[in-house]
Amino acid sequence: MSDTQTQLEIDREKGNFRYDVDYEFDAGTGLTEKTIDYICDVKGEPDWIREFRKDALRKFHEKPMPTHWASKDLENIVFDNIRYYLSQGQKPKRSWDEVPEDVKRTFERLGIPEQERKFLAGVEAQFDSEAAYSNIKEAVGKQGVIFVGSTEGLKEHPEIFRKWFGKVIPTGDNKFSALNSAAFSGGSFIYVPPGVKVSHPLQAYFRINAENFGQFERTLIIADEGAEVTYMEGCTAPKFDTATLHSAVVELVALKGAKIQYITVQNWSNNVFNLVTKRGLAMEDAEVKWIDCNIGSRLTMKYPGVVMKGRRARGEVISIALAGDGQHQDTGAKMIHAADDTTSNIVSKSISVGTGRATYRGMVNVPRHLKGCKNNTECDALLINTNSRTDTYPAITVRGTGNACQHEASVSQVSEEQIFYMQQRGLTEGQAMSLSVNGFINDLVREFPMEYSVELKRLIDLEMEGSVG
Amino acid sequence: MKHLKIDNLHVSIGDREILRGLSLDLPTGQVHAIMGPNGSGKSTLAKVIAGHPDYTVTSGDVLFDGESILEMEPDVRARKGIFLAFQYPSEIPGVTIANFLRAALQARLPEGEELEATEYYAKLYEKMDLLEMPRTFTSRPVNEGFSGGEKKRCEILQMAMLQPTFALLDETDSGLDIDALKIVSHGVNSLRGPDTGMLVITHYQRLLDYIVPDVVHVMVNGRIVESGTKELALKLEAEGYDWANEPEAEAVGA
Ligand SMILES: Nc1ncnc2c1ncn2[C@@H]1O[C@H](COP(=O)(O)OP(=O)(O)OP(=O)(O)O)[C@@H](O)[C@H]1O
Ligand SMILES: [Mg+2]
Repeated sequence: MSDTQTQLEIDREKGNFRYDVDYEFDAGTGLTEKTIDYICDVKGEPDWIREFRKDALRKFHEKPMPTHWASKDLENIVFDNIRYYLSQGQKPKRSWDEVPEDVKRTFERLGIPEQERKFLAGVEAQFDSEAAYSNIKEAVGKQGVIFVGSTEGLKEHPEIFRKWFGKVIPTGDNKFSALNSAAFSGGSFIYVPPGVKVSHPLQAYFRINAENFGQFERTLIIADEGAEVTYMEGCTAPKFDTATLHSAVVELVALKGAKIQYITVQNWSNNVFNLVTKRGLAMEDAEVKWIDCNIGSRLTMKYPGVVMKGRRARGEVISIALAGDGQHQDTGAKMIHAADDTTSNIVSKSISVGTGRATYRGMVNVPRHLKGCKNNTECDALLINTNSRTDTYPAITVRGTGNACQHEASVSQVSEEQIFYMQQRGLTEGQAMSLSVNGFINDLVREFPMEYSVELKRLIDLEMEGSVG
Repeated sequence: MKHLKIDNLHVSIGDREILRGLSLDLPTGQVHAIMGPNGSGKSTLAKVIAGHPDYTVTSGDVLFDGESILEMEPDVRARKGIFLAFQYPSEIPGVTIANFLRAALQARLPEGEELEATEYYAKLYEKMDLLEMPRTFTSRPVNEGFSGGEKKRCEILQMAMLQPTFALLDETDSGLDIDALKIVSHGVNSLRGPDTGMLVITHYQRLLDYIVPDVVHVMVNGRIVESGTKELALKLEAEGYDWANEPEAEAVGA
């Protein structure tokens, strides 16, 4: 235990540091057709993508801002002030030695190359708009696993890419999926051939370095029949006074009998608007599992979903959201049952501290004509001090008589009396809060790979230390 | 020898004065008992010493070996060696006894030093055996769902693990059956020694048969009205507090 802790001495300062970098490619501020042409040109993209992007831009303008149900804070995003594409080049390096020094030291400081050596099957490290590094262990590549950036995916593997791209999450799903579809750059394309079980996780790390910048990575993961893969993503940004936008789209496709596990440990600084659309498609006997840890950011809106399209498909969302002072975590899950005997499970734990606000929004849909579907939803909220606020909006629509649904919710408080009790035993206020928070999420964290649970605990400690006045 | 000295302490909550000029000197090596009617301020005294934020000290001082601790955070006082066994211990959901005590001990180590896990568990099991607590308790969340007696036992377990210089035991005997009382008293007695001072708050002479005090104080209305040997406790048991209330009644009447 202590060994791993020293190994992963990362993020001691929450990723709040920044080295100056020269950008060779800069699309300037604002998003217009010209910006899109610039992005397509530098990336050398085929025409269908240019069309796809321009269509998305129109949809982006048409779609209303979802302010009415989440937060008016969205109105503070000034889209014209944002820079939509910044990079040093479009081709990621296959070895860390080739990564330019000014970018490499950021990832070194975040501990990425070290983690790669220790326990990962492949890594992609994105710096602003493009991946600076992308590599897959030889043994994994030999199994036929494809792990590349989205641009390389669409250019080199169009036969698989085009079949699924934008199919799980249509461009017009919401305003931010449209924005991503117009401006996307970076993210991963993964294909795991039938029956291949990738033994170690593939990891992507998303780093925002520039001010007034928008990061729009696009990830598409396809696990062919009987394949299994775990993907993990981490993210950080330095703290700027201005707003930064992160708006990703992630599509997962688990074909018959396949399993995809997608783990996020997000650690955005609290100037970041994090507006992400994530959805998976699970065919017959397939399983899609989202493990989503949201720490930091100014506003996060994220509701990972699973469409269970084949019989006996399973969907799961396990989420932990920590809303520190001044932060708003609006998270949840969407479970769409579209075949008989499908099972979904949602476990959501949120923690609100100080003026932090955590909202759970769930949607479970089982249409009348289906039989044998099951859903279990548990939402637990922990409030630390009286300013905190938590809301749950579970919308569970289970029709038909042959389907079962179970819903539990709880709200608990860490009272001043409990903090005093713990302080009386010698723990600082911050340590006392951390211990309570870790106790609250402990049963979920046990499901994480060891390396990530250690990192999560560390991030929580930092956040709690920081929230003590 | 160290002293915990309470010097003419006045404490209010809101605009109500609860401690009204209380003085007391507890040296290490001794056990003092405090007895007094309900609401006289015994728990208040214990919590103020521990640094509870609800109370305002309006005058007087609390000195740990000559140094005032009133400005210190509760956790700083705790790490200096003050321990409070609560009359009503809080429940800490999700935090197991083993993890809690481990964190508490870790907090006492210098920066960068790690608690040695094997030694820690050896000590934990030894103290649990002493208090006849089943091992299964280590993985239960602190006080959550514990019976009244189990909570009290858990307080003494924590005290045994943290080895304070000054321990304040607030009605540790209440809620204990007679066998548990013997076990807990035995546990407390095993922690007595030249380097430890104890302040034992109780309503019952019975406890003092097991934890024999060096001094007994009688507290009424926020003050110590009489101090004496353990025989004083017998007198209280026989006569109640009426005699001690008299001067107060006179003062009010005058
Ligand atoms: N947090 C508080 N808010 C309001 N009143 C308080 C508070 N704490 C103590 N008091 C009041 O102060 C007085 C002393 O309370 P305290 O708990 O110290 O008494 P005690 O001597 O320990 O009584 P007991 O023997 O019943 O435990 C009581 O009248 C109580 O109601
Ligand atoms: Mg009391």
